[in-house]
Amino acid sequence: MNGGDDEDVVVVAASSGDQSPPLQWRFSQVFGERSAGEEVQPVDMISAIEFDHSGDHLATGDRGGRVVLFERSDAKHSSGGRRDLEETDYSVRHPEFCYKTEFQSHDPAFDYLKSLEIEEKINKIRWCQTANGALFLLSTNDKTIKYWKVQDKKIKKICDINADPSGAVGNGIVANGVPEALRLPVVTSHESSPVAKCRRVYPHAHDYHINSISINSDGETFISADDLRINLWNLEISNQSFNIVDVKPEKMEDLSEVITAAEFHPTHCNMLAYSSSKGSIRLIDLRQSALCDSHSKLFEEPDAAGSKSFFTEIIASVSDIKFAKEGRYLLSRDYMTLKLWDINMDSGPVSTFQVHEYLKPKLCDLYENDSIFDKFECCISGNGLRAATGSYSNLFRVFGVSPGSTETATLEASRNPMRRHVPVPSRPSKLGSILGRAGGSESTAGVDGNSSNALDYTTKLLHLAWHPNENLIACAAGNSLYMYCA
Amino acid sequence: MSMTDEPLYPIAVLIDELKNDDIQLRLNSIRRLSTIARALGEERTRKELIPFLSENNDDDDEVLLAMAEELGVFIPYVGGVEHAHVLLPPLETLSTVEETCVREKAVESLCRVGSQMKESDLVEHFIPLVKRLAAGEWFTARVSACGVFHIAYPSAPDTVKTELRSIYTQLCQDDMPMVRRAAATNLGKFAATIESAHLKTDVMSMFDDLTQDEQDSVRLLAVEGCAALGKLLEPQDCVAHILPVIVNFSQDKSWRVRYMVANQLYELCEAVGPEPTRTELVPAYVRLLRDNEAEVRIAAAGKVTKFCRILNPELAIQHILPCVKELSTDSSQHVRSALASVIMGMAPVLGKDATFEHLLPIFLSLLKDEFPDVRLNIISKLDQVNQVIGIDLLSQSLLPAIVELAEDRHWRVRLAIIEYIPLLASQLGVGFFDDKLGALCMQWLQDKVHSIREAAANNVKRLAEEFGPEWAMQHIVPQVLEMINNPHYLYRMTILRAVSLLAPVMGSEITCSKLLPVVMTAAKDRVPNIKFNVAKVLQSLIPIVDQSVVEKTIRPGLVELSEDPDVDVRFFANQALQSIDNVMMSS
Repeated sequence: MNGGDDEDVVVVAASSGDQSPPLQWRFSQVFGERSAGEEVQPVDMISAIEFDHSGDHLATGDRGGRVVLFERSDAKHSSGGRRDLEETDYSVRHPEFCYKTEFQSHDPAFDYLKSLEIEEKINKIRWCQTANGALFLLSTNDKTIKYWKVQDKKIKKICDINADPSGAVGNGIVANGVPEALRLPVVTSHESSPVAKCRRVYPHAHDYHINSISINSDGETFISADDLRINLWNLEISNQSFNIVDVKPEKMEDLSEVITAAEFHPTHCNMLAYSSSKGSIRLIDLRQSALCDSHSKLFEEPDAAGSKSFFTEIIASVSDIKFAKEGRYLLSRDYMTLKLWDINMDSGPVSTFQVHEYLKPKLCDLYENDSIFDKFECCISGNGLRAATGSYSNLFRVFGVSPGSTETATLEASRNPMRRHVPVPSRPSKLGSILGRAGGSESTAGVDGNSSNALDYTTKLLHLAWHPNENLIACAAGNSLYMYCA
Repeated sequence: MSMTDEPLYPIAVLIDELKNDDIQLRLNSIRRLSTIARALGEERTRKELIPFLSENNDDDDEVLLAMAEELGVFIPYVGGVEHAHVLLPPLETLSTVEETCVREKAVESLCRVGSQMKESDLVEHFIPLVKRLAAGEWFTARVSACGVFHIAYPSAPDTVKTELRSIYTQLCQDDMPMVRRAAATNLGKFAATIESAHLKTDVMSMFDDLTQDEQDSVRLLAVEGCAALGKLLEPQDCVAHILPVIVNFSQDKSWRVRYMVANQLYELCEAVGPEPTRTELVPAYVRLLRDNEAEVRIAAAGKVTKFCRILNPELAIQHILPCVKELSTDSSQHVRSALASVIMGMAPVLGKDATFEHLLPIFLSLLKDEFPDVRLNIISKLDQVNQVIGIDLLSQSLLPAIVELAEDRHWRVRLAIIEYIPLLASQLGVGFFDDKLGALCMQWLQDKVHSIREAAANNVKRLAEEFGPEWAMQHIVPQVLEMINNPHYLYRMTILRAVSLLAPVMGSEITCSKLLPVVMTAAKDRVPNIKFNVAKVLQSLIPIVDQSVVEKTIRPGLVELSEDPDVDVRFFANQALQSIDNVMMSS
């Protein structure tokens, strides 16, 4: 199950000349690899991936409502000696993870009032502050958020009981009938094993499906967002939440825009961003008012005149947003592109990266088979220099997002990430906003020709996460978790 | 098993159950920790039980919470104050767990134990504990540390005092916002134990750190500290150090911080004295009353009376009153509601003339508010209103509002107004009540909602109490009794209820002559539900009426009911008969 290192180092082609050399991505590990011809059970499909703040833990959620935790197994416990010395030669060892534990976070439920089935699928996982060596995380399905504590519990054995329940008197009680002494039970503990316990359930606050949860930097509150509303919770209080954004129009016929994702700023506890199906991202300031219906900043791609089609609005819908670590930059993913925004510049994105430009002629097919509504996630590296996002045929792409970088890489989630694709250098269109017409200068597609013919719409790489401080990407291909490092 | 000694055996079970798999049994054992300790004796409690508890700290939260609570009152069981320090280790572990309520309880118990300890023990055991917690690896320990400084500090030697202050300063700058919040929350308590020489230097610098924190959640707790610190400082120091901070806070970017200021501001007025209040705090408060955010205005409006009480009347009329006028027509109903709940208290502050001129129009407009909560809030403070504006004016303006509320679509509103009717009646007096409100009270007895009918029956009783049996005989009883002929049995039941409530108030004579016949007629009702309620009412009448009436009327009636085909009727009739017998036997 745990794949070893793959020594095939793939050199990513990129027109060099910028500050940091392009990364060479290598396969690192795979969990739950599918053997040839094996059917993937829908319940095993991974639906959420998240690293914790330290990067020592990784959590995945699946459609079956399970959460699986992985723990970093390398480096941490090797103190001194050979390994350290080797490492001085070997620059950086990439992180290695091992399975830690899993638990059933959500179960299928039925809403009798609305006659609706509530799927157990985990939509999002977010890690909370570690305390006393225990791990804490929030997981959510469509309706209910849960707060979990995972802790190594010692398996205990109790001996020295006063009153022996089996009736064999004599163990602690002296024969003449008077217990000579009351004895306290003696507990001997053996090895420990991780135990997950649900600490709180935050129910009944969302009429629509929850698409995001995000923890505040104050360590005290978090938000949950559904299609029309964003609620603010205190982690300790599960029976009330405050509605802070409500985009529900008075008449549902007037509905033109829904919330697609929401995230707190990583350091400013009063700021949060949410994206919409119309392609806009709004930054709101919780200080301004209790109900934040008016945004403090709006980020939108300026309209490209004349290029509108039936699909324009559909593909503009933002499927994911992520703040970079320092909180100045914000990454967004819509159907065709990955965009990087500077929160100090609301005239347009700093740069736009075409993820799968070759699909443009096929939008009609993609609409027919509903693929156009797939929600791809995106992630940004801890140093903010690169970003990654997924595509079809289990491909994902890594872009250099620092100014001047032209680095791009296309990888396939398999043991051999470069198996099928000869990388073609591509130039991301970074000038779109500056020139005032987005998509004006089209880049050549990175993956083209033969590969797009063989494009498989059913194997899509929706979920992926970047390690907070190393170049390690974890991504989900169906039921398998692949990790790549550089 | 049969051989086991009686008194020890239950305790042995209790001890074993400390480790039972069933959490309820563990909880039960922990709750009876004192029993276990008594059985073990002081020495074994110290040497065995307490260490045992210290080790078993990964139990469920409920058990840990109970343990934290029990240990706080455990000093007698470990051998008195000189041994109190043995309780510290288990409480120390409990104060580091990640569940907030357990931690808080453990800190509370630590403080309770610490405050009884001898000074030398505090130095030897408690102060090292504070330092350990403050240096804890996880934020949970450091959060708890903030809550025990005020116990440790007073008995510390001077050098240690300096150290404690510097540790607290570090906690105020901790990386984790949770710790800084705890430091802000406890600063007032800690500052109260610090010598005034250090207040101005060390404590003020901690305070400054907290007030400039980047996290809103920390700053708004610092606001709470303002008033507490202000009271500790000399007025001139308060003006120099606290006043600028609070004025700044009142214009903070975050509405949450301004909300806290609005709640706290009046407390600071006393600390800074009248002149700075006039020049600085009144303008700040006026700004808050006109804040953009409704939540802030709600908080500010709710304190308007308290604030005015501190000011002299001219200032209040000149600066606060115009804002109050604006708030009475605020776009947010919650603001108006908050204002309505306190505005009447301003009347005594402003005096009669100002009240008539300025307050009355506001008061009247709130009484006509479209939002029922606003009107209810005014009506609930009716006694205060009456004192100021007098009954005539009150009744003129009040009545339409009351009638409207009495017929409100929402039954909870109707319920609320019924509760105020006796108060109204006492304020308005008999004459006025007869004309206008009597009919309403009768109407409620026939409300569609059960809770209203029940409240109405109770209301009838309270009116009878207020105005006396004679009045009730004229104005209530005939109307009530007439309704016993209502075609619907549920309404007839309400009347039976009213009768049983009225009887004790009206006294034996009226009960026998007026109420009892009606009840006896109802005993012939076709609905069993009515009949067994009759049996219950008759039972309640036994102590009120004469023995002879019981024998002549009530007993035959009950006997007849006890032969009813319906089982419930028979049951309650027999029950009533039995209580007659009991009364007879006891007399």
